[in-house]
This record gives sequence, C-alpha cells and structure tokens, in this order.
Amino acid sequence: MSVLKLGVPSKGRLQDKTMEWFAEHGITLSRTGNEREYSGVVSGVDGVELVMLSAGEIPRELKAGRIHLGVTGTDLIHEKLPLWERVVVNLQELGFGQADLIIAVPNGWIDVDCVEDLDGAAAQFRANHGYRLRIATKYHNLVRGFLRARGVADYQLVDSQGATEGVVKNLTAEAVADITSSGATLEANHLKILTDGLILQSQACVFASRSADWSKSALVALDDMANKTGWDLSGLKI
Amino acid sequence: MSPVAVKTLAGILSNAFIGAGAVPVEAEALQPAEVLLDLYGEDIRGRAYVTDDPVDGEQMLRPDFTVPVVQMHMADGAEPARYTYNGPVWRKQEPGAGRAKEYLQVGFELFDRHDPAASDAEVFALFHEILQPYDLRMATGDVGLLAAAIEGLTTTARRKERLRRQIWRPDRFRHLLDMYSGKVANLPTRVAMIENVAAIGATEVLNATGPLLGVRSAAEVLARVASLQDDAATAPIPAAEVEVLEELLAVHGMASDALQSLRKVQDRLDGFALAVDRLETRLNAMAAKGVDVDNLPFEANFGLTSLEYYDGFVFSFFDGENPISSGGRYDALTQVLGQGRSIPAVGGVIRPDALAAVMGGAS
Repeated sequence: MSVLKLGVPSKGRLQDKTMEWFAEHGITLSRTGNEREYSGVVSGVDGVELVMLSAGEIPRELKAGRIHLGVTGTDLIHEKLPLWERVVVNLQELGFGQADLIIAVPNGWIDVDCVEDLDGAAAQFRANHGYRLRIATKYHNLVRGFLRARGVADYQLVDSQGATEGVVKNLTAEAVADITSSGATLEANHLKILTDGLILQSQACVFASRSADWSKSALVALDDMANKTGWDLSGLKI
Repeated sequence: MSPVAVKTLAGILSNAFIGAGAVPVEAEALQPAEVLLDLYGEDIRGRAYVTDDPVDGEQMLRPDFTVPVVQMHMADGAEPARYTYNGPVWRKQEPGAGRAKEYLQVGFELFDRHDPAASDAEVFALFHEILQPYDLRMATGDVGLLAAAIEGLTTTARRKERLRRQIWRPDRFRHLLDMYSGKVANLPTRVAMIENVAAIGATEVLNATGPLLGVRSAAEVLARVASLQDDAATAPIPAAEVEVLEELLAVHGMASDALQSLRKVQDRLDGFALAVDRLETRLNAMAAKGVDVDNLPFEANFGLTSLEYYDGFVFSFFDGENPISSGGRYDALTQVLGQGRSIPAVGGVIRPDALAAVMGGAS
C-alpha cells in the first residue's frame, strides 16, 4: 500500500531532471499510461506514491499536507508560503532549475543602475504621469518585501503570470521583477538587471511537509528513501 | 479580558471623548484602495487587507479611521470640528508575530485652523487625562522640527525634497545626508554614467542602448540624467549645518530641557528658530492645560519609523514596549485628500484591547 506521497512537476525539463536525479539514487519514477496521463509508479523503494502536479501547486499541497514530499523551486516556496520554514523542510538542493529573481528596467534608462535610482525614477514618473511606476511580476510578496526593506514606496505591482519580459514593450508596465537563468530573454527584450536587484537565488529542491500525516509506515518509506539519497531528516521533527 | 469587557471599555473611552465636545461619526469598513495606495504607496498592500468589488474596484478593509474622517470633514464639515469614532480596524501583521489582525480603535480628531499650539495641547491633555490612571510611559516628538531643519539647509531645492521624502525611513535619510555632506562618495555606477555622458553626450549614450521601450520617455530619462549631473556638481552641505541635524536627531530627554538645547543651535539653520518657537508655544499651551512639561519625555526623532502621515507634534503612550495610544498632527494629509483645500488637523487613537490588558495585569 502506498503511504508516502511524493509530488513532482507534471511536465517539462523540471520533471525530466527530477526523474534523472532520483534514478541516480536508485529510485525510479516512471509515468504510467500515455504521456498525457498524470500518474506514475515508483520502484526501488516501497510504499511511495507518485503525484504529478504543476510546480506552482506543489507549495500549496505541501502546506495542506496532502503530499509528504514535493519537488519545486525555492522561489515558489518563499513566495507562496510565508514563514515557509515552519511549513516545510528543505531536504535536498537538486542542483538544477537554477534561476535568479531579479528586477530589470529598460536598457535605455541610462539614469537607472541600482535600486536607489529606481526610487528616484519612480518619484519622477509619478510626478510626470500621475500614477505610480508599474512593476510587473508574479512574485508579489517577495518583490514587495525586497523593496520595502530598501525604502522604495512610489511604485505599484501589476500581476503578470507569463511572458513578463514583454510588458514594457506592450506599455503595461515600466519595469519587471522576474525569474531569469541566463539573462538572454531579458537582453532580447532590451531590459537590464539592476546591479543590486537580485531578490532571490532559486533552484529546485525536495521539500518535506511538516503537516502531512507522518504515520509509522510513511516514516519507514521516508527512511528507505533517505538511505538511498543521504537525506538528513533531523530538521523534520515529527 | 473578554471581548465584551473590551467593548465596554471602548464605550467608556468614547463617552470621554464625547464629553470633551466630540461628535460621534462612523466610517465604512470597506474603503476605496486607490486613495490609500496613493497616500502610502504599494507598501500598504502588505499592511491592509485588499478585496475586490466588480463595480467599485479594489477595496481595503480600513486600516484606520483617519482617512475616512478627514474625507468626511472635507466634504461637509463646519469649522472648528471635533469628532470621535469607535470601531474595528484591520491590519495584516508580520506572519508569526501573533499580533491582532482586527482590533478596536477609539479616536478623537480636532480640525481647527485658529491656534495649532492650543489644538495640540488640547488633544494631548485630553489623552493624558484619560490615560493618567494607567501609569503608562509617555513619548512625544515633533516631525516639524526635522522638516524645518531640512528647509534651512544651504543646498538645492532638489536635495531638500529628496531628504524630505526619506524622513520616514531613517536609514535612507542617513545615507542621503552622508552623501550630500560628502561623507560618503557618490554611487560608482552614477559617477561612471556621468563621466560617460560628459565624454560623449547624454543623447549619444542613450542612443547607444538601442530602442527605448515603454512609457517612460527619452525626455524623462535625459531630464533625470541632467538632474543627476547637477547634483553631482552641487557643493556639499556645510558640516556645521549637518551637526545641527545630528544634534537635533540626538535630542532625547525632557521637553523643557530639549527646548533649551535646541535654542543653542537654532540660529545655525535659516528659519529653524521659528520651528523651535512653535515647540515653545506648544509647551506653554500644554503647561497651561496642566501638563508637567519639565517631566514630559521628548525625542526629536520620535515616531519617525511608524507614525507615517504625521508632520508636526506626535505622541504615544506605552505599556512597556506595547503601544496603547498614539496620535499627532497631520496637516499635509488633509492637503492631499482635500484636492487643493486643507485644514490643520490633530488627533489620536486609543486601543481598548491593549488598555484592557494593562488593567488586567494591574488587578
């Protein structure tokens, strides 16, 4: 009987890399049925059920305790779970899915290089246009916290769930706060990163839920996995 | 103490304010978010609960009564006016801090353009009298002193404006002051940009970056480049003047002593003596109301991190570090909300839940 639920990203490179990483540690995750069916099996350890979820849903499922373990990015955990250390334990940095959450502005803003400049430009923008400079992002909590700590106030966040780099060109925002790995997309969209605009360095990790039902048999399955992966379970006080 | 007992205490406080001549007023729990966002910036989203109405747009659960009461008074209030209110406010708290998200506020607001010192004294003396039995720690300050000191500096209007903008953020204020007085160097990236512009011209530097995208225009970018150039060429603020600011920010003692030490340095900043005069007039008015100003704590930089819209006299009452009551003067807020009109205003609030906890501890 499956007693420990492992949530992994349901598609894409993140899923492939996750499967690779577990395979290297003697745990095989495989899909059942056709490519579109979100179910799978786990071999190499007993009692583990594979749950395919979008990476964005995994923080919520961990918090609710509906999955015991989940693979997702630190960016999503920090954004979606305030006080995340009380909700989950980071068991393993996986070494892929690396990306930086940064603030970027148009290349042509030669007067803006750092957050302090952004504050100055924001004050000027509000005086000229009658509304506050718009920063497009899907990381509202992280960006607001970052700017608050640096005393920037004359801005507004506008929600952007995808293709964030395009918003400046489309005149729906003046700046962006987004995830970038190589910076190539930003460059192609004529955007530059603020020199001190790094909000968070993210990568894919295995998180354990503190609120899941850690029955005796779930713990046995977890110990099995830890023996193969070398996870330190001491942070997970159950 | 039980919620019922807290509500009873709120009623007693409310009656005390009515007894002091205040008219009871109500405000809607849902306030248009736009007004609050314009006043406080995006930051307020982290501190107030936001919800959405399909027709009226974004709404906020009122984080305080001051804004709706000012709006109500500006719309149809006779002068002078005294108002009191009693109801819940909602504030998002730091996760895990364990502070209440919903609590009662009982407040008193005075709108009077006749005699600001007398109004400040009336409000403070009223709160002082109501809270006297609880043996609380008092703190007072005056944001107007720092604003007047900035105005008196020998420097450009732009630098004064930038300093004023950061009054509420002491770290940023300190950083700007250090930069403007030559204590720390200008930002290296900014120096490099200015050198580049001096070498080949601002328009050329801008053109070399490729197409300029977005609403912010080339003219705006170039205007800010020019202002940064000007600023880099501006003479540092004289050390003697910075010293007065430092001394001012360090003032921490009893009100009457603070007045004496400010008198000694007041003439080193243009016009600053007038702000010190206002402090003296207020202290005299408070003394006339029976406040012992020789034993009234006063800090020149009190409240500069939390009491965001106050721009003159400020006060708080604490139980240990726990705020029970706070208030102050907020003339500028009425100007922003009044769309061209304004009315000098001063007021404050008491948190009955926090006060009830003091009583519970004492009994």
